[in-house]
Amino acid sequence: MSQRLINWFKFASPASFYPLAGTLWPWFAGLASVLCAVGLWISFFVAPTDFQQGEGYRIIFIHVPASWMSMFIYCVMAFWAAIGITFNTRLSGMMSSALAPTGALFAFLSLWTGALWGKPMWGAWWVWDARLTSELILFFLYIGYIALTSAIDDPRRADKAGAIVALVGVINVPIIYFSVKWWNTLHQGASVSMTKAPTMATTMLWGMLIMALAFWMYSIAIALYRVRAIILERERHATWVAELPEMQR
Amino acid sequence: MKPRQKRLAIVLGGLAALGIAASLILNAFQSNLVFFFTPTQVASGEAPKDRPFRIGGLVKEGSLQRNDITARFVVTDTAREIPVAYKGILPDLFSEGKGVVAQGTLGADGNFTASEVLAKHDENYMPPEAKAAVDQAHEASRTLKQ
Repeated sequence: MSQRLINWFKFASPASFYPLAGTLWPWFAGLASVLCAVGLWISFFVAPTDFQQGEGYRIIFIHVPASWMSMFIYCVMAFWAAIGITFNTRLSGMMSSALAPTGALFAFLSLWTGALWGKPMWGAWWVWDARLTSELILFFLYIGYIALTSAIDDPRRADKAGAIVALVGVINVPIIYFSVKWWNTLHQGASVSMTKAPTMATTMLWGMLIMALAFWMYSIAIALYRVRAIILERERHATWVAELPEMQR
Repeated sequence: MKPRQKRLAIVLGGLAALGIAASLILNAFQSNLVFFFTPTQVASGEAPKDRPFRIGGLVKEGSLQRNDITARFVVTDTAREIPVAYKGILPDLFSEGKGVVAQGTLGADGNFTASEVLAKHDENYMPPEAKAAVDQAHEASRTLKQ
């Protein structure tokens, strides 16, 4: 173990992860602000008008990155859940809990901006097609995770129960992603995918990718910030917490 | 096996089992998960006959007729066609040659009476000038082939 360049297991301890997260989150927050400013500027002032949707399509710059993020955060939660169950690390459950509200936020944003986009373009705020319904289920999974983990008083047991929800629910993520391919849906197919060239003008694509990166940075920053609060709350009786410089005041 | 490896195996095994279960369930509900039926599916009798359903396809070029507030158009999937009548306001993106999803009932005469019409747009986003260039290129390649 000591031969490794970085001993990852050292950071599995809340006591050593707390200061690391404290150093890292302002950097990610700064990057998020800069990328968000650049992304929004491209989205609203540089990207051209669309040939069929006019200016209305610009909601894509929030809608698509938010949807990507909502799916990705759930995968990260499931990853931490698996690590937590396998290695019995305390930090994993804390990371999952720290990510859940942000994931729920992005799932909600995705549904909300989707409704605002659907009304003028499709003619309906909401339809029960496979893509919209599976994204709604994802939102409920986040809410369910938060409700379940906060309903159980013992944090270790709460983490275990939450981990099972996270792992079971992760099945939904590929269903959301491939729903537009597997079934007839009102929602259009993917404009950007691994297998084919994007079907968007280049400046539009850049705006969307920069916004996606900004959401990534925001999510990392807020998750690190939140996990610090969770660590303090759960370890409040530990000596190392009492010895923190910010506790001396 | 160490307890740690055992737990990892349980997690992975559980996920695999869930994945298989989910795919079997989704496969079984295949027909209930479609949002709309294409004219070809309707022609082959896949659509429900006793309750309203949705049809989807492209609005056939030159088929749109407006009579007072009733709009008549033909939905096609390039193989089969269904004539549709709809009383109401069409969505902004509705136009000939574009995607459409209509909910309603199919009459015995083969005419579809819609109660709701939704526009389905594609995943292509480009400025109008680029669209004009693409159309021009299509036109050019078509005349070359002839």
